[in-house]
Amino acid sequence: MTVSQYNQTILFEDTPLSLDCGADLSPVTVAFETYGTLNLDRSNAVLICHALTGDQYVASPHPTTGKPGWWSRLVGPGKIIDTEKYYVICSNVLGSCLGTTGPSSINPATGKEWGLGFPVITIRDMVKVQAELIQQLGIETLFAVIGGSMGGMQVLEWLCNYPERLTSAVALATTARHTAQNIAFHEVGRQAIMADANWNGGQYYQVEKSPNKGLSVARMTAHITYLSEDALTQKFGRNLQERDKVTFGFDADFQVESYLRHQGMTFVDRFDANSYLYITRAMDYLDIAARYNNRLAEAFQRAAHVRCCVVSFTSDWLYPTAENKNIVHALNASGVPVSFAEIESPHGHDSFLLDLPEMDKMIAGFLNSCARSAGLRAL
Amino acid sequence: MKQQDTNPLRPDLAMIADMITPNSRVLDIGCDHGDLLNYLVTNKSVDGRGIELSQKGVNQCVANGLFVIQGDADNDLGEYPDQSFDFVILSKTLQAVKSPQTVLNELLRIGKQAIITIPNFGQWRVRLNLLLNGRMPVTKTLNKTWYNTDNIHFCTILDLFDLIEQDGYIIEKFTPYNKNGRQTHTAKTYANFMADNALFLLRKS
Repeated sequence: MTVSQYNQTILFEDTPLSLDCGADLSPVTVAFETYGTLNLDRSNAVLICHALTGDQYVASPHPTTGKPGWWSRLVGPGKIIDTEKYYVICSNVLGSCLGTTGPSSINPATGKEWGLGFPVITIRDMVKVQAELIQQLGIETLFAVIGGSMGGMQVLEWLCNYPERLTSAVALATTARHTAQNIAFHEVGRQAIMADANWNGGQYYQVEKSPNKGLSVARMTAHITYLSEDALTQKFGRNLQERDKVTFGFDADFQVESYLRHQGMTFVDRFDANSYLYITRAMDYLDIAARYNNRLAEAFQRAAHVRCCVVSFTSDWLYPTAENKNIVHALNASGVPVSFAEIESPHGHDSFLLDLPEMDKMIAGFLNSCARSAGLRAL
Repeated sequence: MKQQDTNPLRPDLAMIADMITPNSRVLDIGCDHGDLLNYLVTNKSVDGRGIELSQKGVNQCVANGLFVIQGDADNDLGEYPDQSFDFVILSKTLQAVKSPQTVLNELLRIGKQAIITIPNFGQWRVRLNLLLNGRMPVTKTLNKTWYNTDNIHFCTILDLFDLIEQDGYIIEKFTPYNKNGRQTHTAKTYANFMADNALFLLRKS
């Protein structure tokens, strides 16, 4: 597999990126990875959109953690998203902290990190940046845009804003708007970060101490929403952590506590607290229908030529089947050809990242049929 | 039907396929593995969509390039706009839905025409079976016992005629047929006694 690693490109130098909040941003650096080779007629490009705390290392090891790419189970030579057939692009989203411009980047006006001076962004802003990147790569039409969770939100924004540049789209475990409960959980995470004295109003880049406690609590809360009660019960039950009985103290007596603490602690090594604030805010602001007279179907009216596939998971209570079906109904009502399945899975929201043969079959079948109809062949 | 078709459709599905106008918009509810839809897309260039409950069925349809939504007739018809399809097909499913009358109305709200097939509970073997055994009939066409059957709203051909008439729909075509797909005489009472199944092509008044 041809992998092009650690790419960074500078966009919006001449014409600034006009953000939904009204502010202009210029320039915007985008970090991205590519896998495979772009074919001669540039028709085999697949854009993969990552989730909230995801990154561009979809099929190559993460430079900080050394862990394999977050979707390397699906992306690679001979895999479902076959890099011998497709040219796969994955870019770090706007506002994140792995090389794309975000609150931890240097504000050219001050020569210091943006911190809270960074403008508030939206999912649509992230997609604007992706669209510009794709254009710069010389790709007019994407064969597919694919994403789960916040990645799925980006897929939906692609369908509303750049349908003419898509052939097919796959959205997994996602929603077209954040509900009160979604916003509530995010707010707990943000308050945890801001309550950390080290956060210091977002100005912590120049000092030794970062708001790691706050960020780690934010991650712990969020992590619970990515699992399910059954998954937690099966994995941990009430099992104690390396002890025979409870200690009548506040140490991590239970395995589940120890697990969550570990999740929180390792997260801070690879993620910026301010980025977490900005990206969760972008997700909270998502309400696509609100921009179209509260009729989601109107959002997809220009997408009737795009083949779509939507997948939800039985145990996902973060973006449950009902929210995904909302999207499906809206696509249908706009005459967009769409397939949908609710995949049986005990693993909660994180299911889309896990090994589920029925999901694999669905995505593989869908992409192969789209490739056949587009006349796309292996390179 | 095209002559060169190598994989012929099941006779009852072929009968349905014959009624579909080329290039029309078709919704097949309970499309199973997509045999009929696939045939219609390939041979009649229809814009075909399906609804199917089983994951296996959905996956097979999607792999064949069909557009299918996992769901069922009771829960997933409400979101489709009025008259958004030329044909809506409900094959051997009406007796398995929770609310057949609502579903019938939905079919003719979404579709300009509806094609419905039912197993006929008035067929003589069924009647004889109940008469002689005094137990809910189990036949080749209706091969499950009362407590584990998916078919919760059995009706006879005459029963469905009554409902269609009561709700004011027009029967464009009525085709009773036996289990081999061979058509029987269309006189209502005769068909109700002889036919294993029946097909109705309906439209709104």
